[in-house]
Amino acid sequence: MEPVKNAVKMVGLTKHFGSVVANNAINLELHEGEILSLLGENGSGKTTLMNMLSGIYYPDAGQIYIHDKPVTIGSPKDAFANGIGMIHQHYKLVDVFTATENIILGLNEKGRLNLKEAGRKIKEISNKYGFEINPEQKVYDMSVSQKQTVEIIKVLYRGADILILDEPTAVLTPQETDKLFAVMRNMQKDGKSIIIITHKLHEVLEVSDRVAILRKGEYIGDVLTKDADQQSLTDMMVGRTVSLNINRPEPVDPKPRLEVKGLTVYDELGVKRLDDINFTAYSGEILGIAGIAGSGQRELLESISGLYPIAEGEIVYHNPKSEKDENLVGMDPMTITKAGISMAFVPEDRLGMGLVGSMGMTGNMMLRSWRNGKSFFVDKKAPEQLANEIWRDLEVVTPSTNFPVRRMSGGNVQKVLVGREIAQNPAVLMTAYAVRGLDINTSYTIYNLLTAEKMKGVAVIYVGEDLDVLLELCDRLVVLCGGKVSGVVDARTTNKRDVGVLMTRVGGNEHEK
Amino acid sequence: MFEFLISFIPRAVMQSIPLLYGSTGEILTEKSGNLNLGIPGIMYVGAISGVIGAFFYEQSAGGNLVPFFAITIPFLSSLLGSLLMGLLYCFLTVTLRANQNVTGLAMTTFGVGFGNFFGGSLIKLTGSEVPSIALSATSNFFRATLPFSENLGWFGQIFLSYGFLAYLAIIIALLTAFLLRKTRTGLHLRAVGESPATADAAGINVVRYKYLFTCLGSMIAGLGGLYYVMDYANGVWSNNAFGDRGWLAIALVIFTIWRPNVSVLASILFGGLYILYLYIPTGTQFAVKELYKMLPYVVTLFVLIIVSLRKKREDQPPASLGLHYFREER
Repeated sequence: MEPVKNAVKMVGLTKHFGSVVANNAINLELHEGEILSLLGENGSGKTTLMNMLSGIYYPDAGQIYIHDKPVTIGSPKDAFANGIGMIHQHYKLVDVFTATENIILGLNEKGRLNLKEAGRKIKEISNKYGFEINPEQKVYDMSVSQKQTVEIIKVLYRGADILILDEPTAVLTPQETDKLFAVMRNMQKDGKSIIIITHKLHEVLEVSDRVAILRKGEYIGDVLTKDADQQSLTDMMVGRTVSLNINRPEPVDPKPRLEVKGLTVYDELGVKRLDDINFTAYSGEILGIAGIAGSGQRELLESISGLYPIAEGEIVYHNPKSEKDENLVGMDPMTITKAGISMAFVPEDRLGMGLVGSMGMTGNMMLRSWRNGKSFFVDKKAPEQLANEIWRDLEVVTPSTNFPVRRMSGGNVQKVLVGREIAQNPAVLMTAYAVRGLDINTSYTIYNLLTAEKMKGVAVIYVGEDLDVLLELCDRLVVLCGGKVSGVVDARTTNKRDVGVLMTRVGGNEHEK
Repeated sequence: MFEFLISFIPRAVMQSIPLLYGSTGEILTEKSGNLNLGIPGIMYVGAISGVIGAFFYEQSAGGNLVPFFAITIPFLSSLLGSLLMGLLYCFLTVTLRANQNVTGLAMTTFGVGFGNFFGGSLIKLTGSEVPSIALSATSNFFRATLPFSENLGWFGQIFLSYGFLAYLAIIIALLTAFLLRKTRTGLHLRAVGESPATADAAGINVVRYKYLFTCLGSMIAGLGGLYYVMDYANGVWSNNAFGDRGWLAIALVIFTIWRPNVSVLASILFGGLYILYLYIPTGTQFAVKELYKMLPYVVTLFVLIIVSLRKKREDQPPASLGLHYFREER
């Protein structure tokens, strides 16, 4: 056997974001002509590491070698010059341009602009690797998988021989995924080296030669795919359970509060986002929703609060005030909120849904209370008082209640949002990523707030991403995978490994080999 | 009828040239993602800058104007004036990322005031009785036509009776259309206007493109003002005479769905509609006349409705029009 040559070698790569270490002294090798899977939980630093290779971030320390030569990659242009091409999760394409125009964009080839010639070259590349593409097609007419094809050809057209694919299958149907894998194998045969980031273990086992695993910014190790199985990979990925010591009292007098039955929704493209979801949230407990980002958490919460069109299924709410059962499907968000269902939803952008960045705390309190009272003028006193209470009780750091929330730090924004929702005295409180980007102290403040609500008899639904926290904070866990419930487990008796397996396994045992 | 057309068409064409310059400049600007509502002001500045150049040359040369200088001096000072306006607009919206609508409207107000102030000052300098300056000597050079054009009857009337700036406008419009559709630079420019983040990722210098083509667009639009004074108005500057032609030019951009080659003919249509009220029978009510003056805008509204109904993606404004771009913004 001839010695392996390294297409990429990273030595001691380190990257900090503020005080957070995203990558700590990572050593990673990509052999020539291999497909390497990069595996890790959310926030384990996979994308950061790849962004350093593709010139988006610049490492704080460490050295990258390309084909055994030390290189400095300071911009995407440098990456291209070294034959590195990255296909990001979010495509960068101009909608009104054709595939060809997008592919040659930014290239300064000699001679006049010749779209026909470029189209011919694109066809050549497509035939070589088995892509299906019409160079004349406009991007706005394309499906997600066609757009991805354009992105991949864009990289190949520039002559890249090291390809990085960041979660390429997240948006694809199983058939499209199979096609992509076939193309990847063709590229491998042609001598290209490929790194694929994915969460789905069965895909890792299917397509890659070797797996490298990251956990919380550290490089854990690598394993040849033929020596690995789902269980061993999960073990490496999640590691041992860390004890956080979150105070978790037993639920008091749990009664069914919210029942979701057979909930199915489709997004605007007609893709099924939730598939036959069933679970019950009880009063006086925290129900955790676990799952890899994009498994349907957002759609689930938005469906319950009336913001997402529901195709099938029922959401039954046992109203504690009237002791009656109400079906929430088809009700508008205002009615649902009035019935006592409150949502503190925090998507990727910190301010999220529910706060207006340029208004102060008082103004944001008024977003919930402006309908109260009969006077023609809005009541400013009550929200002002509430803002002051939250300011004092939750120790929000802000110069005044009129200071724009946009300019507060993330943790304080979160406190304002959660504080306001709690002040509504909800019967069901839903939070999503309530501690994302917060330091440990603030996170505990939020955990304690949620636990206090639980003890008041509120049904709390907590969507989170850190498994350790989910296991310590929640009473029960609903695990989502690909829009389906892959399991409902008792958070007290289960362990991280079992949940990790559920998170990566669509519909239970479907992909078990 | 034929007689009518022979007299009507040249007048419509002469009306159309400032609009054509303005819309070509604005199309180029908008394709880079900048919605420059300062175009009316920039055309104003282009006009007064040309007037200032011509005025001082006429004063210093006495009666003996050299044709070459009589044309290049106003021409270059007009370009300089509108270039400075374009630079100011870019500095505010691209570098400082100010709101484009507010900046544009402020520049229109500023440009009109600037023109009227210096126009008024020059009128004072000449000490003339009427509130206008006449630069007829310079204007004669701008309005010069081919010597044989008058012998060609209706053909000469319709096609050859204009000064060189009119033909330049058409050439620039066609060149711009070619640039946008057929060249690499045009492809990159359109990418900047559609999706600056994509262009940036592809290695295109977004800021440079925005500056370059917004300034170029301003200079082209400024020539529209120069044509108006030197050719259409026979070299007579009087304050506020330029009117709402700048806004009409912006309406023309929408009317032609961002196509300078279409603009060549569409501007003549607009020019015709703009002066149609002069041809309605005398004795018609004054109010009816005003209705006629609305026609170009009514037509633009109709085009907007039709385009919006058809929902064709190519007919939409550049996707990032009016938005500023900052790489590190999320």
